[in-house]
Formats: sequence, structure tokens, C-alpha cells
Amino acid sequence: MRKYVPKDSVQKKSYYTDRFWVAPRVPRLAVEDEHFVAVVEAVGEDSKESYVEVGQLVIHIEATDNIKVIKKLKEECGYTQCSEQSAVDYLARDGEFELFYQLLNVTEAKRVRVVCRIKDGEPIESITPLYKSANFAERELFDMFGIKVNNHPFLKRILMPDDWEGHPLLKTYPLEGDEFASWYEVDKIFGKEYRDIIGPENRDPAHIDREDSKRFSRVGYEVPFGAEVAEAQSEQEIAYSKIFLTNYNSKKSKVLDERR
Amino acid sequence: MAQHQVNYASSAGLPIALTSVDKLVNWGRSNSLWPLTYGLACCAIEMMASGASRYDFDRMGTIFRASPRQADVMILAGTLSKKHSEFARRLYDQMTEPKWVISMGSCANTGGMFNTYATVQGVDRIIPVDIYLPGCAPRPETLQYAMMMLQTKIRRESADMKKNTKQDLTMQTGRRVRLV
Repeated sequence: MRKYVPKDSVQKKSYYTDRFWVAPRVPRLAVEDEHFVAVVEAVGEDSKESYVEVGQLVIHIEATDNIKVIKKLKEECGYTQCSEQSAVDYLARDGEFELFYQLLNVTEAKRVRVVCRIKDGEPIESITPLYKSANFAERELFDMFGIKVNNHPFLKRILMPDDWEGHPLLKTYPLEGDEFASWYEVDKIFGKEYRDIIGPENRDPAHIDREDSKRFSRVGYEVPFGAEVAEAQSEQEIAYSKIFLTNYNSKKSKVLDERR
Repeated sequence: MAQHQVNYASSAGLPIALTSVDKLVNWGRSNSLWPLTYGLACCAIEMMASGASRYDFDRMGTIFRASPRQADVMILAGTLSKKHSEFARRLYDQMTEPKWVISMGSCANTGGMFNTYATVQGVDRIIPVDIYLPGCAPRPETLQYAMMMLQTKIRRESADMKKNTKQDLTMQTGRRVRLV
């Protein structure tokens, strides 16, 4: 057994990892489609890498070239719609965000994904002059990841409240919220002094109290509503599965400092 | 022997009923409960069905009102997000007393399946709740039953709102404060 090292990122926190398992991946095909070849040619040297994945062209570019490339795609290649735009948090693995723009050509019925990477804290140029739909998408990008978008007409949070702290789609943000999130409504409505009166959130709805006969029925070993379970136990002892379970780990395992 | 004889048949043409003020007032309150038209999520669909002709809330004297000033029951039907909690509380504050609250469905009761950063984990964290309604979503019959339970509760209460412990605090939540 290896020594346990606490990890701060959820991405690093998988309980069990098989070192030899390779994630199955959608095959990346060469660009052979006539239309896509024309698109890659139009983008030219700005494209770092391009391939076809599930019938969609994927073009990797530099983040600083985004408006230049997308303008070309819109005006020369007919990609008149920006259907989706967001980011993926790869901060733990690469220290970078992966931004993507999903573009749609209605006349050709083709889709292109423009992918670029930015470091944490780096801004990205807004594409709202090209696509009106990017306005809300970029606000969401800012709301969820904290990525600043330069020259955006109205960059403020879109889903979370304006006075929210933290960016929920970051991998380091806990799903059940940080301390600010758990007290948000109490602080906002009543003020911080009411935290003690209202008490912390009860976030374990699956909690089962065996001794509580008011809220839980003990199937097969029922007691009357509100009865003291501890008293009833002396008469009817519950046979737990300890008979059937063998503890195979009874020997104490050694903790190694290094890998052998 | 009564000193003054009451002629039941002829005095204003109607018989006289003797009762306490509490009962009279509560009879009036409980039989015209006006909930606020306030749906939060999918439970609101069931709430609308309860109000419509098939289940017909109107026959219980329950008519949905569009203004909190005219309503006296708040049915919190659905998931209350943290962003919206401020406004839910404001609507509750705008309702005139006496007022009651029904928390409808799992999400309003405990946060339900939304064990996340953005959902209020039980509306009783911000609003004192009278009746918790289980279900996901509760059927209209359940909401009708809740309304009937609320009527029973109102009939038990004192007509003097100062005596009802729920009302005398500016802020109170159901979880910590026990109704006497």
C-alpha cells in the first residue's frame, strides 16, 4: 500500500486508477472531405492541427488568432452560426483551459469546431462582433470559469447572482459549494448574525439513524412509532451479515514511503 | 329561565348561532385560502392542475391570486435556487398577515435531488413552513389534502395572530423553532 497523499484537485482525486487502461477515443480521421479541405486551406497557416472527428472538422488554433480565424470561417466558408462556445478546465493536467467554438454552416450542413488553449488568467478576445449569440455564451464562460473576455459589450455573470464568489464549473470548485455558497441565502436575506440561528445546511438526505423509530421503519424488526429502539433490541436481536462476511484484510497492511 | 326570550323564528328571520370569535374568524380564514400564483419548477404544473377544472381548487374556496398583497398562502412549488431565494423571501414578506406556507415537493422540502451549490437545501432555511408536502412531484390530490390539512390547522389556531408563535418574530425558520 502506498502512502496516502491528500490532493486538492478533483481531477487528481480518482479513487482507483488502472495505469494500463487507455481511454477509448473517437478516431481522428484525416481531412478528406472536399468542403473541409477548402476550409482548412482558407484558414491556412493559422491552423496548428486539423482533423475530422465524428464527421466534424476540428481546427486547433492560437488563442490570439481566434477572431481572425472565425472571421474567415464566417465570411469565406459560410459558417453563419455559432451554436455553442465554452471551455474545458484542464488546469490540473496542463495548467490551461481549452476553449472551443462550435460553428455551423447551414447551406452545406457541416460543423466545425475551433479549439484553442489559454493559460489561467489569460483573457480571450470576444467574437460578439461576428456572432450575436456569442454574447451570452461568453458571459457564461466568464461566469462558470472566470475567463475574462476582452471587448465584450456587457461582461457580467449570467447564471449565478452578481455578488457570487467563485466560478462553479472549475474542477476545483466543490459540487456542494464552498462556505460562501452554503451561507449565501442566509447572509443575503438575514445577515451573517443569523447563521447561528438557522444552522448549517443539512446535506445528507441519505443519512439513516437506526435508533430513530419516528422517521425510519426497521423492516422485519418493526417497533411502534416513537418507541425506544434500544429497549426493543434486547428482545429481538438483529442478525447482521457479520456471519456471512469474512474480513480478508485482517492483517495490517504495510505503508511504504516509496514505490517498490 | 332566560330573562330575554329570543324568538328564533322571527328575529331578523334567521336563527342565532352562538360561537367563539376564534371559531368564527378561523371559519372565515380557513374557507377562503388564497394562494399566491407562484410556481418555481415542475411542481407548479401539478399546482396548476389542482387549480384547473378537473381538480378544482375553487370548490374549497381556494383561488390563486397574482399579487402577494391579496394572498394568504404561499405554495412553494419546486426547486428554490439560491439566486432566487431573496425574491421568494421578499414575496413572503409582502404578503399580509395572517399568512401560511406550504412547501410542495422534495426540492422545496430538502433540496431533493439537487444536492448542489446552487439550490437552497430546504425552503425552511429562509421561510417558516406550515406544511411539508412529500412527492416528486406531488399529485394534485396531495396538494388538495395539504390544503385541507392547512384548514384544520388554521381552525385550531387562535384568531389573535399575536398568540400564534410563528408570526411574532421578524425572522424564523421552521427547523429551529418548534410551534407550541
